[in-house]
Amino acid sequence: MKDCITLAHGSGGRDYRELVETIFAPAFRNEFLSPLTDAAILPASERIAMTTDGFVVKPLFFPGGDIGRLAVCGTVNDLAVSGAWPRYLSCAMILEAGLPLETLRRVVASMAAAASEAGVVIVTGDTKVVEAGGVDGLTITTAGVGVFPAGCAIPPQQPQAGDVILCSSPIASHGMAVMAARHNLIFDPAIESDVRPLNHIIRAVLDAGVTVRAMRDPTRGGVAGTLTEWAGSTLDITLEEASLPMRADARAACAILGIDPVYVANEGVALFSIPAKEAEHALAALRTMPGCEASAIIGNVKEGRGNVFARTPIGTFRRVLPPSGELLPRIC
Amino acid sequence: MTIMEVCGTHTHAIRRHGIRQLLPQNIRLVSGPGCPVCVTAEEDIALALKLAKQPNVTLFCFGDMLRVPCGNESLLQLSSRGADVRIALSPLDALAFAKENPTREVVWYGVGFETTTPHTAALLEAAARDNIQNLSVFSAHKTMPNALRALLDTDTKIDALICPGHVSSIAGADAFRFLPEELHLPSAIAGFEPEELLVAILALVTMILRGKPALINAYPRVVKSAPNETARALVDAWLAPCDAVWRGLGMISMSGLALLPEHAWFDTLKRFSLAPVSVSAHTACRCGDVLRGAIEPVECPLFGKACLPQHPLGACMVSSEGACAAYYQYEGAGI
Repeated sequence: MKDCITLAHGSGGRDYRELVETIFAPAFRNEFLSPLTDAAILPASERIAMTTDGFVVKPLFFPGGDIGRLAVCGTVNDLAVSGAWPRYLSCAMILEAGLPLETLRRVVASMAAAASEAGVVIVTGDTKVVEAGGVDGLTITTAGVGVFPAGCAIPPQQPQAGDVILCSSPIASHGMAVMAARHNLIFDPAIESDVRPLNHIIRAVLDAGVTVRAMRDPTRGGVAGTLTEWAGSTLDITLEEASLPMRADARAACAILGIDPVYVANEGVALFSIPAKEAEHALAALRTMPGCEASAIIGNVKEGRGNVFARTPIGTFRRVLPPSGELLPRIC
Repeated sequence: MTIMEVCGTHTHAIRRHGIRQLLPQNIRLVSGPGCPVCVTAEEDIALALKLAKQPNVTLFCFGDMLRVPCGNESLLQLSSRGADVRIALSPLDALAFAKENPTREVVWYGVGFETTTPHTAALLEAAARDNIQNLSVFSAHKTMPNALRALLDTDTKIDALICPGHVSSIAGADAFRFLPEELHLPSAIAGFEPEELLVAILALVTMILRGKPALINAYPRVVKSAPNETARALVDAWLAPCDAVWRGLGMISMSGLALLPEHAWFDTLKRFSLAPVSVSAHTACRCGDVLRGAIEPVECPLFGKACLPQHPLGACMVSSEGACAAYYQYEGAGI
């Protein structure tokens, strides 16, 4: 077998079969995938949730993660915040001719590890090869199916006045890790992405009996994106800036590049809108989970007109607008 | 009393921290021409767009220049249509790229005040040292003191000035002594933390009330009296003052920096024989008045209506450090 992807790997012939049998099937091995039939046959007797997401990231590998881990966690997390228990994933890849097979192996191994961490199986997949320059290395599309165990409540995804906003873990790490890697900004040690499956964390909150009005993983658009959507047109949300959990390295990178951390993407943070009286109970449940030691109440919800305000550490207020456009580093 | 700040990062910090909410009604804070992106002339942006459209050119610039519109185009738009425009965090990124890609004509689009100019000079120095043939510099750099003189010579009603923190760290505090000594204007160099801004404002208010203008360095952890000699020598070796057009303010004598004639080889405008481009400004835009501190952003008829951060019409809305953009982003009419 050659040491990089060629157009022959996309032909559906012998090279394609070899790629599947030597790289994908061993890494993702499970009872639903192994027959390598056109479709995986899955058991389901409950209500299911389904989602899909496409992943492009530059660079493919960054401190704390890579495109493979991102592609598994992103879909697992979309299922988890809907209240479902993620079970099955599909994986479709577009590969650029010339991609080293070693790169593909690393990405696939990372996907397998993330799937195992989340407790999901990758049950079906596909690859296509495009000529050099057609994509930047590789792109991944994953779809996922999750189940709602009998009797479990599906969160209405509608915050209410009187709720508080709970943040599971430090924000802005993923976006700043990728930006630093993309622009060769050397931080020592490097800022690590927080990319990880959130389903166990979310399960801990739900199993504790917390009334979850809404939950979301604030990826693109960051915390500001989620809160401005939640505020809708009838609620006002006040964000306590001093309470936002954040690692010192991500905070410093945001300050240097002139970027507001509330707009930075996260891949391992869950936000919950829950009744204020359940806040301490929810926090206690969260803080038993690895990576959630810094979880905090970061804001509150009132009747209003769709505004999000941040209370600054000196006690003044500023408004937080919905995200718009790409985050770009400032001059000085 | 009216206090003006002339540094984009101050503009941004004052709005972001909600400093105005802590001040009594009779202290008015206004933003001067301190955002380097905002004051870059549309004529210069038009030239940058023209350069970026040349198929053999790779244009490097700071991130916040990408969104600045000129007519219906911006560098970001050209980039998504295939032009090779790259964000640099340091001009030396352009040097590394030029070395690796000898067939590309690499252009550094240099924007900014005293703070960023030495970086451009350092790029030129390194390019000359390494004998790099495929790199040139399009200098839209500007200097602050002459612009302040020009601004304060007009009929502005400014009672005191918050001097720029970053610029002072390179130019030295002494560069602003002329403000109290010649123009009798209380002045304070401020840092960017809310506490540092408040200390500077308190010093200015005290001086206004006592009628004793002076220059206070309220950012001593970074700013010294004397300039950074290394930076100055580097800049003087490569760039010389020239007349420059400031968006919103017009031509200001000797307020820009161009490559010295002996370094014409590195001058993008000469290498590409680019002729000046004329651009017509939006007539209802009142950026000039905003930049002079004559009106608040909301007093402009376009603010928040036709002119928004997503599609700015005027200079002050183009960068997050612009007076109108910072006002829109953090305060709007709601607070």
